[in-house]
Amino acid sequence: MLKLDRINKIFNEGTPDEKIALDNINLRLAPGDFVTIIGSNGAGKSTMMNMISGALMPDFGSVTIDSNDVTRLPEYKRAHFIGRVFQDPMAGTAPAMTIEENLAIAYSRNQKRGLRFGVDKKRRDFFRTSLERLHLNLENRLTAKVGLLSGGERQALSLLMATFTKPSILLLDEHTAALDPSRADLITKLTKELVEADNLTTLMVTHNMQQALDLGNRLIMMDKGQIILEVSEDKKPGLTIPDLMTEFEHIRGEKMNSDRALLG
Amino acid sequence: MLALFGSVEQGIIYAIMALGVYLTFRVLDFPDLTVDGSFVTGAATAAMMIVLGYNPLIATLAAVIAGFIAGCITGLLHTKGKINPLLSGILMMIALYSINLRIMGMTREGGAGVSNVPLLNTDTIFTMFQNFWGSLGIDDTISNMLREMGVESVPTTYGTVLVVLIITIIIKFIADWFLKTEVGLAIRATGDNKRMIRSFSANTDRLIILGLGLSNALVALAGALIAQYSKFSDIQMGVGMIVIGLASVIIGEAIFGTKTIVRTTFAVVAGAVIYRMIYAFALRVDFLDTGDMKLITAFIVILALVVPQIIDKQKEKKRKAKRMAERNAAHIPAPVEQGGNPLA
Repeated sequence: MLKLDRINKIFNEGTPDEKIALDNINLRLAPGDFVTIIGSNGAGKSTMMNMISGALMPDFGSVTIDSNDVTRLPEYKRAHFIGRVFQDPMAGTAPAMTIEENLAIAYSRNQKRGLRFGVDKKRRDFFRTSLERLHLNLENRLTAKVGLLSGGERQALSLLMATFTKPSILLLDEHTAALDPSRADLITKLTKELVEADNLTTLMVTHNMQQALDLGNRLIMMDKGQIILEVSEDKKPGLTIPDLMTEFEHIRGEKMNSDRALLG
Repeated sequence: MLALFGSVEQGIIYAIMALGVYLTFRVLDFPDLTVDGSFVTGAATAAMMIVLGYNPLIATLAAVIAGFIAGCITGLLHTKGKINPLLSGILMMIALYSINLRIMGMTREGGAGVSNVPLLNTDTIFTMFQNFWGSLGIDDTISNMLREMGVESVPTTYGTVLVVLIITIIIKFIADWFLKTEVGLAIRATGDNKRMIRSFSANTDRLIILGLGLSNALVALAGALIAQYSKFSDIQMGVGMIVIGLASVIIGEAIFGTKTIVRTTFAVVAGAVIYRMIYAFALRVDFLDTGDMKLITAFIVILALVVPQIIDKQKEKKRKAKRMAERNAAHIPAPVEQGGNPLA
């Protein structure tokens, strides 16, 4: 489904600020895989997400989605395959537009936009039934401006918009990090439901180890631009936070120094 | 009364230009200064073609296309050339100055740059319509009615106001429709949240170019109509056009609100007419001269921008003061937020 081949990226090459962001990353996702990614700040998690979405181009290596080589495709073309939810709840929706208009934009993700009405009777019904899955009563507020919604509601809407057209790859970039714990839990629960309902191939970055353990069938740990640990489908159940900490010490020969990674 | 009637006619034509400005400034969030140039491009193209004997309708259509191209070039400068939006518009505006002189120069043998083209004894959209309208005899009926009602000075025809009203209303409805299509929604989202719309597979560069093209097509249409209305095209007629457009948008929005697209486009049209009326009244003040109009325009825009802020602040102050007074009177501690919808 998704294949990253020897991806390398260096920021500020040739300057004193030079930083190896990604160092020979190889990753394969089978259809239906749900991979959670953990790692401390600057480990390269977000850079890797941006490589897949096309917001950044690799210096070397290739990205393949659905057996299409998309390495040189710009972000907006790759978006045909990719649904994405950002960390910032404000980033995934257009605040001055209504809920149904936002959904209409998301609905056109994998087709050509034309001069048809973005919202018609048939689509409105579809939007309404889709919104019901969120249990937030948004289905009765179709014409409310998205800017009026709370951060949690906006993030739930972003999640629905990214998933309801069944993308080949779903990218979740710390999408619960900016929310308070109870709302984060709700979004986590919704993520699980929506991903399972359509068996979406998903890649989720998180700072929260517990969330990384609770969700998904595979787990990878990144550090200094490399994937240092891959936990396979059969090993992941039963894995605990102390296990991960010990594993990190074992690999890196140093203690994991991020409280944030632990507490999220 | 008569002056006011004329300013309504003009206001309705300028409303088309204001809709164009709305499309860039508000919808795309792109402060496009091409307008000062593309307005004249529309006027010059239409005037030149009419003088050369083309049908006024074809001349007007050509003006629209010329405006569209000018807007697209501004869009290309910004998106592909990575030039700042304001600067792209200014560059295009100044480039159009020379181009407009050349366009009007095409009316004369070897005339490289001509700064004024009169349309005195030529057909225009308005004279064409007048020929048909005059034969109906409706003008006399209305004028007689008004005279009986005691109105002394009546306009010579109602045909002009009717034709501009029809054109502007059609354009308003097309704009309403377009902004709700899939492409229209994508253009609006481009102005609202570029990162979001890119993640939903929209090419923001292409949408910005298209939006600027459409906006300047409307501006050029207004220019073409004003040239035919006032029977000349002049290189100076676009000066300050962007500010007039902005004034119309801001005045309209402040009075009629922006709740829905349909309401907002109406507000913009009405704002343009109101602006022209304020302009007409200001001209009648004894100590003001036509040369002062740009100053007055700037003043109107500043007022329209600043006054709503002051009013909002006052309202908020009053509301807070009222609430504090109520709380002090009742000795009630600050209200505690109640949990309801967990995400609300």
